[in-house]
Amino acid sequence: MTNSARQDTAPPQENQTPRRRIAQRVEDIPPSGIRKFFDLIAGQEGIISLGVGEPDFVTPWHIREAAIDSLERGHTHYTSNYGTPELRKELSAYLERMYGARFDPQSELLITVGVSEALDLALRATLDPGDEVITGDPCYVAYFPVVHMAGGSLITAPTTMEDEFRLRASEVEKLITPRTRALLINNPSNPTGAVLDRATTEELSEMAARHDLLIIADEIYDRLVYSPDEPFTSFTSLTGRSDQTVVLGGFSKSHAMTGWRVGYAAGPADIISAMMKVHQYTMMSAPTAAQAAAVEALRNGDRDVDEMREAYDQRRRLLVEGLRRIGLPCVEPRGAFYAFPSIMPTGMSSEDFAERLLREEGVAVVPGSAFGPSGEGFVRCCYAASVDDIEEALTRMGRFVERHSQER
Amino acid sequence: MDDILRILEQDARTPPERIAEMTGRSVDDVREAIVTAERDGIILSYRSQVNWDALGRGDVHAIIEVRVAPQREVGFDSVATRIARFPEVRSMHLVSGDYDLAVQVTGESIYAISNFVASKLAVLDAVQGTVTHFVLKRYKEDGSLFDTEEDSPRRLPVSM
Repeated sequence: MTNSARQDTAPPQENQTPRRRIAQRVEDIPPSGIRKFFDLIAGQEGIISLGVGEPDFVTPWHIREAAIDSLERGHTHYTSNYGTPELRKELSAYLERMYGARFDPQSELLITVGVSEALDLALRATLDPGDEVITGDPCYVAYFPVVHMAGGSLITAPTTMEDEFRLRASEVEKLITPRTRALLINNPSNPTGAVLDRATTEELSEMAARHDLLIIADEIYDRLVYSPDEPFTSFTSLTGRSDQTVVLGGFSKSHAMTGWRVGYAAGPADIISAMMKVHQYTMMSAPTAAQAAAVEALRNGDRDVDEMREAYDQRRRLLVEGLRRIGLPCVEPRGAFYAFPSIMPTGMSSEDFAERLLREEGVAVVPGSAFGPSGEGFVRCCYAASVDDIEEALTRMGRFVERHSQER
Repeated sequence: MDDILRILEQDARTPPERIAEMTGRSVDDVREAIVTAERDGIILSYRSQVNWDALGRGDVHAIIEVRVAPQREVGFDSVATRIARFPEVRSMHLVSGDYDLAVQVTGESIYAISNFVASKLAVLDAVQGTVTHFVLKRYKEDGSLFDTEEDSPRRLPVSM
């Protein structure tokens, strides 16, 4: 693989156009719509941000304490590329307890550096150049870039507010071509908070089997679902479909562990092994102390998850009711921690809305257009914020909406 | 009901209107639930937790182990209630182990507490002995930490 002797190239000639420094596939990626707001916010005082994508809770103490213990014992080395045996064993038991799914800790689980890495690995391990991946629109902002960098192209199936941003199997099926390789499904969804019902999950799964497609299920928000009547249906819980599904998850959102960078992939051994191949040469292993913390989170963290979910649920109602009250129509989000209200009553584009709201009232939200064309006309508001901040943000947004509705 | 109580336990000042939105109930239902909880002794009181130590005006605290002789018919309850009624007693529990009552008291000075033990507590007929531990430093009380070194969460203002 390695060139033993580098071939000498001719010295650069004068007047030659300078060689491009940045690879085309990276140049292709437009600047992040979220990134831009960093610069706008910098230097502004008194900002209330509903623009975040992470819990406001600090990781529960017993989980942090487990990492400290791990450091005290001197567990500071690489772990197995797959992740520590303890964590894989605990994760296997956890997935069985939660979803009745059985994954062999030796070969069907991979511990990654956050679910972000798991997503990258799943795509790089399965896509050939030109392969197509279908997802719902609006979708998580990283989907386009990671699919693109893995050599594939992302094809999106639009969803609408009228249909509560539900991904429809029929809409997905229309987009299937001979080049389609996988469905990428974020359930519950960032940014809309939509959660697939069991019937749709089954329908998508059957359709994928019919067309021999892989399902990459990004279930990072699986523990944040707010409908007691209809429990969350994980793709892992569909029996007999395990061979075509890779489920990606983690601890960031459920256990307030975003900064630890630890997540996982669960799937058929051949795909997990291929993902591990990429992982071992790029990451080696997930952070060792973070893996120790994750073991504690799985063993003793259920109560924390329940308490945080109850708090999010209360803030969810507060924000959704409040948004409707100030005149922004909002579908009830059933999962994650985002509301995705329509800003159409103001007549502004979502980017315009977000920028002016920030400048005029000091409230940060994320323009829906950052999540794809179907997100235009909406903004993402995160309710992982204190009750006081949510109330104050609503007051300011109410003022803003009233002012700009009068203008029209 | 539990959800309303948990919200108030976190912040007793949360207005009923806000609780109603947070729990998806009507304001009237919330008000009624609160009144009922107050009447039934489920909500005992609404108070602020004040860190007087931070003002340099900290009272003196002590934990007193009390051995008492249980009495016919009423067991520990009669003497326990008598002790608990003293305003100096902040909290009190009947416990298992070498002694019977764990009594937490607060006073202006070591002298005030010594005086309470000597002239009010130890003299009760049922009390067989006391051991007083003065508190040197308080780290946590009713779930609130004193002098935490933990920063408020530092999150990026906008993230994916």
